Amino acid sequence: MSTRLNSSNDAGDGAGNDTWELRLYVAGQTPKSLQAFANLKRICEQHIPGTYDIEIIDLLKNPQLARGDQILAIPTLVRKLPAPVRKIIGDLSNTERVLVGLDLRARGKGA
Amino acid sequence: MEKTTKSSTANGILKCPTGIRGLDEITLGGLPRGRPTLVCGNAGCGKTLLGMQFLVQGASLYDEPGVCLSFEETAEELAANVTSLGFDLNDLIARNKLAVDYVYIEPSEMEETGEYDLEALFVRLGHAVDSIGAKRVLLDSIEALFAGLSHESVLRAELRRLFRWLKERDLTAVVTGERAGAGLTRHGIEEYISDCVILLDHRVTESVSTRRLRVVKYRGSVHGTNEYPFLIDTDGISVLPVTTLDLKHAALEEQISTGIPALDAMFGGKGVFRGSSVLISGTAGTGKTTLAAHFVDAACARGERCVIYSFEESPDEVVRNMSSIGLDLGRWIKMNLLCFHAARPTSHGLETHLIGLHKMVTEFQPANVVIDPISALLHSGSISETTNMLLRTIDFLKGEHITAVMTALTDPGGAPERTDLGMSSLIDTWVLLRNIESGGERNRGIYILKARGISHSNQIREFVLTDHGIDLREVYVGADGFVTGSARVAQEAKDESEALLIRQNIERRKSSLDNKRKALEAQITALRARVESEEQYAGQLIDQEQLKLKKLEGDRKDIKISRNLKTTPAMEAARGNGGRK
Repeated sequence: MSTRLNSSNDAGDGAGNDTWELRLYVAGQTPKSLQAFANLKRICEQHIPGTYDIEIIDLLKNPQLARGDQILAIPTLVRKLPAPVRKIIGDLSNTERVLVGLDLRARGKGA
Repeated sequence: MEKTTKSSTANGILKCPTGIRGLDEITLGGLPRGRPTLVCGNAGCGKTLLGMQFLVQGASLYDEPGVCLSFEETAEELAANVTSLGFDLNDLIARNKLAVDYVYIEPSEMEETGEYDLEALFVRLGHAVDSIGAKRVLLDSIEALFAGLSHESVLRAELRRLFRWLKERDLTAVVTGERAGAGLTRHGIEEYISDCVILLDHRVTESVSTRRLRVVKYRGSVHGTNEYPFLIDTDGISVLPVTTLDLKHAALEEQISTGIPALDAMFGGKGVFRGSSVLISGTAGTGKTTLAAHFVDAACARGERCVIYSFEESPDEVVRNMSSIGLDLGRWIKMNLLCFHAARPTSHGLETHLIGLHKMVTEFQPANVVIDPISALLHSGSISETTNMLLRTIDFLKGEHITAVMTALTDPGGAPERTDLGMSSLIDTWVLLRNIESGGERNRGIYILKARGISHSNQIREFVLTDHGIDLREVYVGADGFVTGSARVAQEAKDESEALLIRQNIERRKSSLDNKRKALEAQITALRARVESEEQYAGQLIDQEQLKLKKLEGDRKDIKISRNLKTTPAMEAARGNGGRK
């Protein structure tokens, strides 16, 4: 049972394939998971407003899904699109690193 | 700890059999059930294989499904790797006896921001375990996490949690770890796994590699503490459990033939004891293998199974060479009574050879084992190691009541009683073959150096290889000492001619005596004839003389008458005296 959070209210937006498809893997409603979700939402709203799609996968409910994306740590954010696939683990509290990890900022500039 | 009390038995803790030949004997039953075991060692020493065998045997022999959490190889790779060892992973996976989860960590694809834990790993493992009802787990190798994730304190905390989690679920786990530096593992995970640690080692000495296994610790259980050699072959891992050298073999009374009646006769007519160790030693070309082949031939003819461990000749060569003296070993192979194992001594380490022997004996169940020659084993180990391993082998074979026939090549320079391995004390029966050089040729001599418990001949016999096998000859002992070969033949001929000469002499003497007698008899006859003729002649003379005498007397009367003389009595007397005489 994944929760889908679609920010692009204007369906069929002009961005076309530029939609960001993000998956956040959590295991139950742990503080870390909640914090990660909050952090992710804030960053997306700031940097890619309206063009992102967050899917939250609770591994306690769907343990078999951990294998497909090679999930090891909780929480893990997977950027499915745009390619290539990238993974960010942790509660996403370090915004700079999240931006680097999502390729929203060139590497090296971040902390 | 509450687990310990729960699963404890009279023997301490419950064991989980690995199904690996030998390992269960060393650990007296297997790995600790419901606890993790660390298997560590250098790269390529067989850690993963041991783990996989633990899972596969568990699934197929003990009905305990297993989960492999692999950090290094995919399920396909693992399946391919162990196919050569006879394990069909895909079949086990299809039957839900085994689950392989490949955990892939690529640091370059991953960014770490803030706090995290490894709950997903637990979820994955838990899911795999639950889906097939696994009892066994292999983590291969968990230390890959350290390479992929940088937050070491988190990792350590999570590992501790993982092992606790495994224990709580009563899973028997094998955790592999690569050895590095002074510690047992690169990242020191042995500090979390304290129940059982097995160290694997792959050593190369003088270009010969030997794998060894040691149980470093085993909490709550007695275990063998030595380094045990192990072998990876087509059946996976087998460890050679070194039997305790307690000298408690039962002695068998039965004596079995050596295959050579004349040699049996030297052993009091019945041969050597079953289950004893027989050493045939000698210098090159004295016929050691041939003698051993005779033994095998006789044993097979009795319907007993034999194994020949050949380090010098291939099976075909042995069969061909023996057929030249009339021994057909090929038919025994066809009848599955004889089994060869031929390998160059240097092809494996010493232990590997002997594990191979161990395995073969367990599988083929022979009554007799021939090792030809044991001296070749020296090429793959030091003297003390070789002696030690042979001691174990002989002990093992004796324990199984298997007659061991070993050949040993001795140094022509040394004393014939000396073997390089100094193993006289291990040997019950020692047959020595030697070359006897004399008169420009070499001949083979055989004698029994010792035969424990059998009254045996003290003779040195000459033995000859004929078209129909070995033949023992009486050694010629003559005035000139002990002679063999053509010297013996010559000596025999010489003696015969001497005898003939004597016989002829006697004949000659007899006939000459005869002749002499005849000659003398002829002489006697001649003499007699002469005597007769002499007598005749003498008689005639006497008659003539008497006639003359009568005539004279007649004349004298006439004269007297004519002169008218009277004779006086005195004259008469004088004349009478003279005339009569």
